[in-house]
Amino acid sequence: MKRVRSVMKLFILFVATLALTACEPLTVFDPQGPVARNLSDLIIFSIIFMAVIVVTVYILFGIIVWKYREREDNKDYEPPYEEGSKALEVTWFIIPVIIVIALTIPTVITISDVEDIPEGYEDQEPLVIHVTSADWKWIFSYPEQDIETVNYINIPANRPIHFKMTSAGTMQSFWIPSLGGQKYTMANMQTQLYLVADREGEYIGRNTNFNGEGYAHMDFEVVAESPSKFNEWVDEVKNTANELTEEKYAEILQPTVIGRETYNGTHLQWIDHAHGGSEKYIDPEAYEGHLIENKKADDDSVTDSESNEKE
Amino acid sequence: MKLDEFFVTGDPLILGSQIAIGLTMVGLVVLITYLKKWKWLWNEWFTTVDHKKIGIMYIIAGVLMFFRGGVDGLMMKAQTSRPNMEFLDAQHYDEVFTTHGVVMILFMAMPLLIGIINVVMPLQIGARDVAFPKLNALSFWTFFVGAMLFNISFVIGGSPDAGWTSYFPLAGSEFSPDVGNNYYAIALQIAGVGTLASGINFIVTILKMRAPGMKLMKMPMFSWTTLVTSVLIVAAFPIFTVALALMTLDRIFGAHFFTVAGGGDPMLWLNLFWLWGHPEVYIVVLPAFGMFSEVIATFSRKNLFGYTAMVVSIVAIAFLSMLVWVHHFYTMGNSAAVNSVFSITTMMIAIPTGVKIFNWLFTMRKGRIKFTNAMLWALAFIPNFTIGGVTGVMLAMAAADYQYHNTLFLVAHFHYTLIPGVVFAVFAGLYYWWPKMFGFKLNEKIGKWHFWLFVIGFNLTFMPMFFVGLDGMSRRMYTYSESTGWGPLLGISAVGSLVLAAGFAALVYNIYWSFRYASRDIGGDPWDARTLEWATASPVQEYNFAITPQVTDHDEFWLMKKQGRNTIKKEDVKDIHMPSNSAIPIILSVAMGIVGFFLVFEWVTLAAIFSVLIIGGLIANSFDYDDGYHIPAKKVWETEQKWRGDL
Repeated sequence: MKRVRSVMKLFILFVATLALTACEPLTVFDPQGPVARNLSDLIIFSIIFMAVIVVTVYILFGIIVWKYREREDNKDYEPPYEEGSKALEVTWFIIPVIIVIALTIPTVITISDVEDIPEGYEDQEPLVIHVTSADWKWIFSYPEQDIETVNYINIPANRPIHFKMTSAGTMQSFWIPSLGGQKYTMANMQTQLYLVADREGEYIGRNTNFNGEGYAHMDFEVVAESPSKFNEWVDEVKNTANELTEEKYAEILQPTVIGRETYNGTHLQWIDHAHGGSEKYIDPEAYEGHLIENKKADDDSVTDSESNEKE
Repeated sequence: MKLDEFFVTGDPLILGSQIAIGLTMVGLVVLITYLKKWKWLWNEWFTTVDHKKIGIMYIIAGVLMFFRGGVDGLMMKAQTSRPNMEFLDAQHYDEVFTTHGVVMILFMAMPLLIGIINVVMPLQIGARDVAFPKLNALSFWTFFVGAMLFNISFVIGGSPDAGWTSYFPLAGSEFSPDVGNNYYAIALQIAGVGTLASGINFIVTILKMRAPGMKLMKMPMFSWTTLVTSVLIVAAFPIFTVALALMTLDRIFGAHFFTVAGGGDPMLWLNLFWLWGHPEVYIVVLPAFGMFSEVIATFSRKNLFGYTAMVVSIVAIAFLSMLVWVHHFYTMGNSAAVNSVFSITTMMIAIPTGVKIFNWLFTMRKGRIKFTNAMLWALAFIPNFTIGGVTGVMLAMAAADYQYHNTLFLVAHFHYTLIPGVVFAVFAGLYYWWPKMFGFKLNEKIGKWHFWLFVIGFNLTFMPMFFVGLDGMSRRMYTYSESTGWGPLLGISAVGSLVLAAGFAALVYNIYWSFRYASRDIGGDPWDARTLEWATASPVQEYNFAITPQVTDHDEFWLMKKQGRNTIKKEDVKDIHMPSNSAIPIILSVAMGIVGFFLVFEWVTLAAIFSVLIIGGLIANSFDYDDGYHIPAKKVWETEQKWRGDL
């Protein structure tokens, strides 16, 4: 018996170490900016309440099922008629009401918080980036810098970024889990998102709203770097990148999966999809039949090849 | 359209299915002809208006669709079991998750629940049938034809591929010009006719046909949930009907309700869809709650704790379910005020649901709990559904939802509500009411295999998805790279799905085994149950009750047994008026299927020509003066003597 126990203890220890070492923190619980941190705190707060509820139900369930199970010695026991109990029922009505109120207050506060520039960064002028999602790529326009990128963005760390988002066709959802929550991008409309990266680093962004065959390949890289490095990058793009032409832009909007691209100039000079006009780029015939052969996720994944190079 | 576009070609998996479907069909026709069963099938089943037979047909169709949707699920799990898997390509994966969702909700959960309601509810309220038996048959056949039309998309023309939510603009002809999504619009419309008719039928049945003495507050809980669900159906399904009609106009007739071009508004689709879609979740889960209530009371040998609170709770849940649809798109860019309001209404649903959970627990307290298979499913429901419930509250918090939305966390959550909430309930209901339907019990030992494999497999499959979701994996991704680190957890999930499938296989084997070997000598009341349906023979006589019972309590049959009232006298037995069979429902439904098929391929002229069949069927129905027939008292008495034995 003792040996069994010690083996069990060893086993638990083994599993525990395995779990701890194997698990890097889940992305949502590893926030890299104030918005994501705000959300992560709210989530953890709610998990504590939920854990209490789950434990209560499980204990009650365990006790009741065990205690009142049919046994050889209680075969003659005839359970009593019970109408119910006002006191008990009021109790398990009131307690959830209190829990709901306890969760509502921080939720409502956080909902309005995340719609605005995060606390502590209000004094800075946000960097504006226009996000245009298309099938199946992300197009980012920097109107001030007059440059455009596809499937990646560079941003200065510790400065609020104001994303003005729209779509060239189908609906997408713009999400950088390390920096904050997601929001839909829709043609003929503009949605807003304020994010800040308070650490330098590389993060993955993703489309979460299914939009056809190339959907799984719609991820992009976010590089948060120091303001000086960011400016260097802008200068480099201005000096080396090709000019974005209207033909080139129409080609980008075709339903394809492509890698990263960088251009001088933005498409905003011809069209802002938030204000209509997308239909002239939409060609239903381009969507007929199978468009994408089975394709490795790595092929266009912004993570692997490039970030490895930098290391 | 060329023939090679008509049939889906070029994939060995699909070619295999095409051949398999062809062979099965030919095999079935040959078998039925060989056994000379066509006439029997037509007279006893295809044209029947008996609520019990219609219920059984619903259940058979539901189990078949469960298999189909399950295979879809297994294919998805196989494709995502490892990074960069090459089992399905993107297009096939998209079709598979779309049909998985539609089939499981609309063609598995709905028919299984409506089937059990059909069998049980009229018996439970002491009625001879539903209020409109012929309409009931039409409900079944439109559902069945809709389901079949949806299923042939797999081999003819291509399946819908825009998700079960079919969001515009993607589902519009601008981005999905192939016929696949026409199947969605047309097949669901045809099936929806049946569901709406069922809703009306059940409401009238419950309001007008309860046995004397059964006040609404003396009605068994399953019938209560049926009533509330039916009201929800009548409130919510017309919204879907309108949405699908607009979708059809957009896709087939070039309208611009939801398009990007021409001033359409795709957001309108999202709102309409979820205005139906959220109540739909409760339409399937409420009857399930009713089944658990019956099963838990019976096998604890106690009446339901807090009956009034239970009734108030389901009504509250139904009411709130109409006020929460925006929580499906908090991330659409709504104002903080809108999101706050819908967060609160959504969280409020947890309150009545919590009351129900505790009332079930306290029903068992001081009881004598018998671990039959039906009861095991009801017991497993509580801890598993609790996880679905608390994650639901987490998702309800709009700000937090910005991090969960459209991720596998969400997918895990709704599987944790729908599988324990609906599938476990259906299993509990099947084990519990099986003897009432077929006159024999399902085997308890094989049932244990079914139970443990399914419950363990379910947890293995869906628990890891919470974590992958929190790690940033969005739903509906057909592939992912190794560097994401999601491989091991999704691998576990795929293994879990195999265990789940083994559980289902055990159920199928159990049905086969019990059909062949189980004892037929079980009497009318094999579980020592509490409600009126058990006062009949197993299987139930076609006229249900020889004499309409007088009701004094919600556990009426329990009281009848206690007071020795469970008997009849010969002089009380009168002739019983029964409705005649009718071929109109099946013919009308098949005509709808044909017109639907032509509409799918946008052959509008042909569709218009064949619509004459539907109109003709409706006219023929108006001139149907068949007044039914009578079963003579003598025959009723003989039947009763036979199963009661002691008369």
